[in-house]
Amino acid sequence: MRWIKFAFAALVVAGLAASPALAQPAPPAPQARFVVVLDAAHGGDDSGGRLANNQLEKSFTLALGVRLRSLLAARGIQVVTTRDTDATVDPVKRAEIANHAQAQACLSLHATESGSGVYLFASSLAPAAPARFPAWKTAQAAWVTRSLNLEGVLNSALLNAGMSVTMARTTVTAVDSMTCPAVAVEIAPEQNSGHQTIAELNDKNYQARVAAALAAALLQWRTDAGRTEDRQP
Amino acid sequence: MIPRHQIILFSLLLLASLAMGVALWHLRERAHQRLLAGQDSAPTSAPAVAPAEQATLLVANDSDGSILTQLHSLPLPADSNARARAVLGKLLDLYAAPGAAHPVPGGASSVAQVFLLHAPEIAGAVPAAAKSKIAESRVVVNLSRESRANTSLSPPQDARQTGPLLAVVNLTGSFAANHPSGIETEMLTVLSICGTLHANLPRVTQVRFLVDGQQRATLAGHADLTRTYLAGDVVPSDGAQP
Repeated sequence: MRWIKFAFAALVVAGLAASPALAQPAPPAPQARFVVVLDAAHGGDDSGGRLANNQLEKSFTLALGVRLRSLLAARGIQVVTTRDTDATVDPVKRAEIANHAQAQACLSLHATESGSGVYLFASSLAPAAPARFPAWKTAQAAWVTRSLNLEGVLNSALLNAGMSVTMARTTVTAVDSMTCPAVAVEIAPEQNSGHQTIAELNDKNYQARVAAALAAALLQWRTDAGRTEDRQP
Repeated sequence: MIPRHQIILFSLLLLASLAMGVALWHLRERAHQRLLAGQDSAPTSAPAVAPAEQATLLVANDSDGSILTQLHSLPLPADSNARARAVLGKLLDLYAAPGAAHPVPGGASSVAQVFLLHAPEIAGAVPAAAKSKIAESRVVVNLSRESRANTSLSPPQDARQTGPLLAVVNLTGSFAANHPSGIETEMLTVLSICGTLHANLPRVTQVRFLVDGQQRATLAGHADLTRTYLAGDVVPSDGAQP
């Protein structure tokens, strides 16, 4: 009967040795899908800022989102929007939509009459290791590094389109809760070096240039190595 | 026919009533005179004129998104709360001036109060992010440092203590209502206020904002006012300019 004891002990040892390997999650299967979330800021009761010619920020962001969605859809990119109408969507809901989409890129679209050119904001959260249950308000922390990479790609595309770009890090409530590479894009009137406005926000040509540059950046983001199959932070 | 004794009694009562009325009027006048005499409207002490001192203001610039240090000479009270309000008033006066690089209407009266409290411990504060410049882009301003700590406020236990302070800045509703809307411009306002407080009162390490005494979600739709900002992390992008 001694050999039975040895066999049992060997089975137990083998089982213990194998258990850590079993606890490891299976590597994610390659995903062919590439999803972009477009978050047109404000909406409904929240009109945002008042732009030139009494245009409201909520209307501008929605129009830009629709234009950008068309450009991306034409290139085969799946787009999820946080709002398609003049509806009130609170920041929590926006982040929920983005997180459920499991997107490879999330853009929060804003507009302002202050400053010049395009402002890109990544979250100011310090990078953190991914957690299984991240805190809601700091969920973006695990994605900050990827968000900064996306910010760089957007910056390059906008510069190539001849626009002035300012990159910064700040806190935007919805963005800080998103579990995807996320950047807030704020568009201001275009000014020359003498601080004279050369393109207002209601300039259709200016809007088209911004949307085209953002679409080109997202295409570049998709084609960059490892983007489509790796959604890990 | 009225009896004689009733006429006499009625007359006496009437006289007594008149006498009491006169006496009451006289007493009222005397009391009024005493009241006026007790109100000494003369100043008991001369108004304190604080000496002018150098104040360091972190002034925002919309054109390049920078925050520059400027030195200004202004009367600064000795009391820390009044001192904090004075420097912020000067900062907002600069923003309200014509041709300001970061135009925000309102001026000094936009700061209703500044309260300095013992700073609570912060768990999970967001570490400072470094200011950086991006090639071929304009200067990048490192925007916010904030904590998401659940803070409990308490007044200083001892005036002599030298621990860190939390500044609670109470802004007026008109200031928030008239502030230009935008992520960049709102954050520049918030960070320049935080930086200016820390530059002049180094013990101020945390800043919270109220609007008309109430917590408000954002300044003008973007900058989060529900969080505690870490004041010491706002780094000016250049040297001081007098």
